[in-house]
Amino acid sequence: MDFLLQQLVNALQSGSFYALIAIGYSMVYSVLMLFNFAHGDVFMVGAYIGFFVSGGLLALDVWEVIGLPLGVQLGLILVLTLIVSMFLNALVGMAVERIGYRPLRGAPRASAAITGLMIGIILENGNLALLGPQRRAFPELIISATIQLGEVSITNKKIMIVVVALLLTLGFHQFVRRTKWGMAMRAMAYDFVVVPLMGISINKIALMTFALGSALAAAAGILFGIAFPVLDPNMGILFGWKAFVAAILGGRGSVLGAGLAGFLLGFIEIFVVAFFPSTMRNLIAFGIILLILTFRPHGFFGEPYSAQLRL
Amino acid sequence: MSRKLLGLALFFVLALAACAPAAPPTIKIGVNAEITGDIPKVGEGTKFAAEMWLEEIGGQLEVGGTTYPVELVIEDNEAKGESAAAVNQKLITQDEVLVIVGPQASKQAVPAGGVANDLETPMISPWSTNPDTTLNRPWVFRTPFLDPFQGPVVANFVTEEFGFTQAGVLFDVASDYPKGLADFFKEGWETVHGAGSVVAFESFTTGDSDFSAQLTKIIDSGAEFLFTPQYYNEVALIVQQAHELGWDVPIVGSDSWGSAETVELCGEDCYGLFFSTHYAAEGATGATKEFIDAYNAKYGYVPDDVGALTWDSFHIVEQAIQDCGEITGDLAVDRQCVRDAMANIKQFHGITGDMTFTEEGDPIKCAVIVRISEEGKFTFYKQVCP
Repeated sequence: MDFLLQQLVNALQSGSFYALIAIGYSMVYSVLMLFNFAHGDVFMVGAYIGFFVSGGLLALDVWEVIGLPLGVQLGLILVLTLIVSMFLNALVGMAVERIGYRPLRGAPRASAAITGLMIGIILENGNLALLGPQRRAFPELIISATIQLGEVSITNKKIMIVVVALLLTLGFHQFVRRTKWGMAMRAMAYDFVVVPLMGISINKIALMTFALGSALAAAAGILFGIAFPVLDPNMGILFGWKAFVAAILGGRGSVLGAGLAGFLLGFIEIFVVAFFPSTMRNLIAFGIILLILTFRPHGFFGEPYSAQLRL
Repeated sequence: MSRKLLGLALFFVLALAACAPAAPPTIKIGVNAEITGDIPKVGEGTKFAAEMWLEEIGGQLEVGGTTYPVELVIEDNEAKGESAAAVNQKLITQDEVLVIVGPQASKQAVPAGGVANDLETPMISPWSTNPDTTLNRPWVFRTPFLDPFQGPVVANFVTEEFGFTQAGVLFDVASDYPKGLADFFKEGWETVHGAGSVVAFESFTTGDSDFSAQLTKIIDSGAEFLFTPQYYNEVALIVQQAHELGWDVPIVGSDSWGSAETVELCGEDCYGLFFSTHYAAEGATGATKEFIDAYNAKYGYVPDDVGALTWDSFHIVEQAIQDCGEITGDLAVDRQCVRDAMANIKQFHGITGDMTFTEEGDPIKCAVIVRISEEGKFTFYKQVCP
């Protein structure tokens, strides 16, 4: 029982990263019918931005002047890092849209898809060229403490990661459901051709979608750095692929779906290891997902495509 | 008019070139290194040690009374098997190198060794411990000991040191070195403690960061310690996650831990842990110390085992070239000559210990158990000889 509970905790953390990245994929896919394959690398860039922002904040002299207790000070730095990095990474996302995708708005979808792959490679190798190939150790922004519940170990980091991921997922879900901008996004997802005729600027909505997705990716990157404090330029590739799977599994047009599917992917991966030889993890985990898609080809929350299918 | 002049000038230049005594051919040595990719610190150490060697010989080698200029061709294999094979192909056919040093990790050295052997160019891997690198390949050599030796060394060390009987293993199933060594360790452990004494044998794939599921399973299996033959970036994550799961048992590693970056990434979590390796920088003497000091003065950090082994490899290459007696400039002849000379080196006194080479081109040498001290230094703990 303790074994299962411990794996449940592991799965929640693992799913948090997938959820946050998958939402970014899903939003772009919904609004523009576009696979933004660069998103995994935008996540990587977000983690690096977080690394530099937090490093800069930690090096500031003001902390000694203010004289806060270390825990509070680090907490403050974490919050500031999250806000600043999300903002900066949103700019990165907007640049990706403006430079990479907008010139190809009328081009065949396949061209746009490979654009994503190319931007991804440019981001990875740009990072390699600028910062060199060595690993970066993400600064410790939370003083690690382990809470022991019977045989189950939960760290304060894990709790924070899961809570932040859930809050952001629900927050974005509400944003898309309840605000005017969210409504514009949903309208665009519903019909990409007619909605611009109603006076909604597709360029504005596209920029906003990329900005929001990239901000979430930055949050995921920072949380990732806190949990696994080793950053490298290729860290986004594998994560990007898996989160992409989660986005499709969640269904087109659903933020909540993508988030939940991200958590589901985390659960599948962890529990496959718990019960089967870990050598077969990816084989079994993605076999299960293939099976799910066979029976639910539109994902969990996706609606069957309308006549405007543009792929 | 001007064209005629040009033609005349060209004629004279060509005539002069033809008359001049033939300059000794340049000896080109290829370096196939992991400069980018998963283990960049390994590539860096390779490059630095190679450049130090070139500096030591002053960019030239005297072979049989003639002085030949020496040139290094350093290429990046991105720490990928297929890229390493492609790099070897390029070094051999395009850059026309005489001999290749590298690649380091077995994942790269196994496929690259195949290319070198097929194209009949001598290659020496300074760091690859997987048997397949040199197996049935007369053109491929190596400087480190082998994993069939290292696996039992670790198993015996843990048995003697801690008296444990139940082992847990975590390794990357997609990479030749960890996979091979995990198997050899398991074999070695089960020889001592009987079948089923490796109670958890869990794996992941390259690029994973989250090992919590595997570690939870290993903890649940009742393993008394963890053996994880991984590279430095994964070591930091595995050790930290094990501690976060409240598992405070000895974690034991292998020579891939010996990077200068292990402690930098892992921090205090790694203090007090043991691993087997090729040499210990702390407390070294003689030529080993000279190398360490020179390297430290030049690059600002203590060289890891990769640097030391690369240094030894270059000296083996140097000796083989000199044993050749003459470099003709005909690549096929020279490569054959260097290969034969390298195969004829039976004893070598290197900074990573004395080596005796077998028929297969593998050295027999001692392993060292290193403890990561409370200052984060790799300190000598004990030596294990075959």
